[in-house]
Amino acid sequence: MPTSAPSSAPSSNEQHADRQRVMRVLALSQAERLETLYEDFDAKPDWTFARRPETGLVMVRGRTGGGGAPFNLGEMTVTRAAVTLNSGETGHAYVQGGNQRKAAIAAFFDAAWQSAALTARVKAEIVDPLNAEIEAEDRRVRAETAATKVDFFTMVRGED
Amino acid sequence: MYVAVKGGEKAISNAHSLFAAKRRGNTDVPGLTIEQIVNQLSFAVDRVMGEGSLYDRELAAIAIRQAQGDLIEAIFLIRAYRTTLPRFGYSAPIETGEMRIDRRISATFKDLPGGQLLGPTFDYSHRLIDFALDADAEVPAPEQAETDPLASVPRVTDLLGADGMIEPDPAEESEIGDLTREPLEFPAGRDLRLQNLARGDEGFLLALGYSTQRGYARSHPFVGEIRMGAVEVSLFAEELGFEVPLGRVTVTECQMINQFKGSMKAPPQFTRGYGLVFGHSERKSMSMALVDRALRWKELGEEQTAAAQDEEFVLSHSDNIQASGFVEHLKLPHYVDFQAELDLIRTMHREHAERLNATEDDTETPREAAE
Repeated sequence: MPTSAPSSAPSSNEQHADRQRVMRVLALSQAERLETLYEDFDAKPDWTFARRPETGLVMVRGRTGGGGAPFNLGEMTVTRAAVTLNSGETGHAYVQGGNQRKAAIAAFFDAAWQSAALTARVKAEIVDPLNAEIEAEDRRVRAETAATKVDFFTMVRGED
Repeated sequence: MYVAVKGGEKAISNAHSLFAAKRRGNTDVPGLTIEQIVNQLSFAVDRVMGEGSLYDRELAAIAIRQAQGDLIEAIFLIRAYRTTLPRFGYSAPIETGEMRIDRRISATFKDLPGGQLLGPTFDYSHRLIDFALDADAEVPAPEQAETDPLASVPRVTDLLGADGMIEPDPAEESEIGDLTREPLEFPAGRDLRLQNLARGDEGFLLALGYSTQRGYARSHPFVGEIRMGAVEVSLFAEELGFEVPLGRVTVTECQMINQFKGSMKAPPQFTRGYGLVFGHSERKSMSMALVDRALRWKELGEEQTAAAQDEEFVLSHSDNIQASGFVEHLKLPHYVDFQAELDLIRTMHREHAERLNATEDDTETPREAAE
């Protein structure tokens, strides 16, 4: 199983856990997959950009020794966008990479998920299938890695 | 003295066209696609991301193609590009303990929780050129084995730490330095040193790390653990009021375990050097860990004897973009400077000749007699 939201999330984040899960799945999915799902999503509400897609940088932090004091490791590209549905909900996206269409579509689905009329459909048609694909891919990688696990056998020598 | 440095526009433009044609090479051969570079030259991509200090596989591949495979030139392109982008913020620290592990080995423990996972590696291969390797041949699907989704893979340093045998992770400090925002000053904290090393030149760090093994600031290193895999990155978005998961980056982490340090109060403990780099780069993360440990000499009460311990020397020369900028600027016109030097040396020649003449006039001693 993939690890879920970062463990460092403060308690104020817990009320947002459901939405974080949605945003995580959208961020981790391939742009082409989101494009297809967006095209196939019936009866899309009209929407406008609350914030046009913009590509920028996030400085990724690591921890000294793996678990100690943070330091700045290096940057990654991130594209953000915000979309407002005609029903009023605003969705946000911060997604890795420079693909602006992906950010726009992710923001759209985040908005749609917040719209009571669409929540169940977004979950069933978008989030759940994408999550299943991500989990399947992670399982495949883990299984391939597991096949390279070393099984030691003890070589008996005269004495220790 | 004055030499004009205007002109040459036509020559420069033609040189660039010639370079573009050379880059493309024989047009009967298909051009490289970005996907080919991302997928088939992943170590080159990883190096450009790491030393370009920007995680973006596609951008790195575009830069590699444009630079005709000159990785330092590609890193330069990436560094220049990043200055055109706004900074959205700083991520929450990544948790390598929660990594989806693609490779994990330890040279200190044979049996350890989570096991030794070799993953994709060219270690243990014979380094024989494979003349039969067909880039288009079908590759059999990798073997798969069952995994225990609940099995934890603790860091080796945490296993040793539980028994108090090794120094703990350093505690959080209030301010985290960022050398992309403020120029480096000395002495630099470990945070800034690690940031500098993480983007430093692999060859430079490899050589320095090697020097510590050969006795220059010897620290008896063991690879406690190397782990490589995907970690999630998240960013606290002000307008949302919570942490947003952004995606995943592949990193390589090296925990180097070194000889003890104790005091009157504390029993001896193993000390540590830490390496963390973007992408899959064990050589770089190991070198980083060796150099990180060497730079800690003062904190650990050691003597400074070698280059790898000299923080000003190491941190000022690790950046291959700064270094190649200064070295390669020597190719630019230095006509005026050089004319001045030439003038000076002519004067010195003249004076030398005059002195020689004066001496010959003064001394009557015949050369033959001296010989």
